[in-house]
Amino acid sequence: MASSYHLNGVEAWDGCTASAHALRQAQVDVVAAYPITPSTPIIQNYGSFKDNGYIDGEFVLVESEHAAMSACVGAAAAGGRVSTATSSQGFALMVEVLYQASGMRLPIVLNVANRALASPLNIHCDHSDMYLGRDSGWISLCTCNPQEVYDFTLMAFKLAEHTGVRVPVMVHQDGFLSSHTVQNVRPLADHVAYKFVGDYVGVHPMLDFDKPVSYGAQAEEEWHFEHKAKLHHAIMESSAVLEEIFNDFAKLTGRQYNILETFNMEDAEVAIFALGTTWESAIVAAKKAREKGIKAGVVTTHLLRPFPFVALGEVFKKTKAVAIMDKSSPSGAMGALFNEVAASLYQVQGSRHPVLSNYIYGLGGRDLTQTDLDRIFEDLSQDAQKGALTHPTQQFIGLNGPELSYF
Amino acid sequence: MVKEVKTLKSFSQSAEKFEGSHLLCPGCGHGIIVREVLNAVDGPIVLGNSTGCLEVCSAVYPHTSWDVPWIHIGFENGSTAISGVESMYKALERKGKYKGQRPKFVAFGGDGASYDIGFQFISGCLERGHDMTYICLDNENYANTGGQRSGSTPMGASTSTTPAGKVSFGKKERKKDLPLIMAAHGIPYTAQIAPNKWKDMNKKIKTALDTEGPCFINALSPCPTEWKYHSSLAIEMTDLAVDCLIFPLFEIFHGQELKITYRPRNVLPVRDYLGVQKRFAHLFKKENEHIIEALQKDVDARWEYLQRREEAKV
Repeated sequence: MASSYHLNGVEAWDGCTASAHALRQAQVDVVAAYPITPSTPIIQNYGSFKDNGYIDGEFVLVESEHAAMSACVGAAAAGGRVSTATSSQGFALMVEVLYQASGMRLPIVLNVANRALASPLNIHCDHSDMYLGRDSGWISLCTCNPQEVYDFTLMAFKLAEHTGVRVPVMVHQDGFLSSHTVQNVRPLADHVAYKFVGDYVGVHPMLDFDKPVSYGAQAEEEWHFEHKAKLHHAIMESSAVLEEIFNDFAKLTGRQYNILETFNMEDAEVAIFALGTTWESAIVAAKKAREKGIKAGVVTTHLLRPFPFVALGEVFKKTKAVAIMDKSSPSGAMGALFNEVAASLYQVQGSRHPVLSNYIYGLGGRDLTQTDLDRIFEDLSQDAQKGALTHPTQQFIGLNGPELSYF
Repeated sequence: MVKEVKTLKSFSQSAEKFEGSHLLCPGCGHGIIVREVLNAVDGPIVLGNSTGCLEVCSAVYPHTSWDVPWIHIGFENGSTAISGVESMYKALERKGKYKGQRPKFVAFGGDGASYDIGFQFISGCLERGHDMTYICLDNENYANTGGQRSGSTPMGASTSTTPAGKVSFGKKERKKDLPLIMAAHGIPYTAQIAPNKWKDMNKKIKTALDTEGPCFINALSPCPTEWKYHSSLAIEMTDLAVDCLIFPLFEIFHGQELKITYRPRNVLPVRDYLGVQKRFAHLFKKENEHIIEALQKDVDARWEYLQRREEAKV
């Protein structure tokens, strides 16, 4: 039996520490992991918990991230609670197995500290890895600070293991910006956290020898399509379950989360839509813009998959201009998030949608400054007044050398 | 618990855990070896399977040939999947959530999955010391994708990616020595088996399953489709392989102590083995005779090495 860990009402944790404590409190049965910056402290902290008696699950130190997810798949199929962590190249190495985990409907929780993808090699934050995995059949949760990392990791187990969902879940945090930034975090006591997450009873476990199961069969054209369709359906339906979990969590902690988080959107004429830590920076900029008379708002989502199409349509109903912020290289297209939002609004609002523009920013850890954000709100203000784009649709913000803009 | 098998009759009465509904080619060694593994065990067993002939021929949704818990993930990670299952067993057992008998953990992979793409994964599992047995079904080519060369394909074999042609005698490189590489991890037990020597095979499988810790078995599995012999001759192929010392039968304890378990009374020349398989037919042309000589030299040298190592007891 693992020892319980004394926690104060408020702890000074970075995102990785917060994540590791959530795994400890959820009493994960198997963590199989391979270290990679900036997610490394998650598994280092976890190793320290294990070696000091705070964990009685298995901690499997494998030889690669591909093996980490492979061992997680085997362990989850065996019938227990499973988790791991990764970033960037490690995430890329896992991608093959991510599809296999979701195809087998195994409720694994993957903690991702987002980081750029090589080449050039770079250890800092952008969202290239997040977008690489967005179609792999996992539910994808986004967070913006260590408190959210902690809260969402606990909630992720509840969501993944929900009998009506049974889909693996990723919890994203911004590498270094969140993973290595120490902030005040209000944790739950161990027994309260575990009670919230609940006991996990494996569905069709391989270790039930009375009912042998075959995992990972081949399914050709007669059945493959149906499996993928069912997975899509489960993911689409999961947002309702997540809302229930948000409400239960609010009753327990007073922290109420929403799939879409909004700031000053009631009367906003212009808005920034961004993921991760940029949410908080954009709020500061929006406050400043309001002082200048620009009716500015900010929107983020905690849910990249399933993508909140309808809610986005509603939240931008009265907005005249929206900047969609992409923290990954589009490499020959509009930004990934821009495409998602544009498609959603076109569907929900038809041709009467706001003027949309696409800002590429922060690649490889480049700072997004308040000055950059001020400029974006200025751009949007002009778009709103004119009712049309007053600048190129796609712009690169904070780039050294000649400015890049397209369309 | 491992079953006692004393007679050929009891050996042939295979458990129904791997059913006849599979789609393996007639004359393929895989089915014989798999049934023998399942036949050796009375208690619970969990299987992992890398992508390959065995996997695609045994679990085509909504059907399955397996009446034991079985998992396939990808081409390279059958070993790691089973290491995950074994880790979960340990966690649940410790927490009092699993109360049954300790299962046997076994992973199967073809030579592609073992010699090549999954090499790192097996090495990782052996190094971590999981209580599992990895069995390579070695048919010396990527049979599942149409007979391309693998790290196990012998020098001189004509494959679909190394076809014998006007300027080529087939595969130019020699076969990777996988069992010795795996034994070098210092694992408790390593063995080579062939289905024709059924008592030896049964004994080695039982030893591996009863040994705590990681074990590795390389099983010669003849392939009628790509070796190009008549499907009724599978066992004859393995007879020739072991009697020509192409595939010597031995076991290694703790990565050190090597024991040869079969010494042919009459050692046959490798020509006898090559001559019955069309994949080697071109070697009998005059310009390729030197490849047969090179293969013979290689086989002799390896047999000499194995004997010296057995004598030295290190």
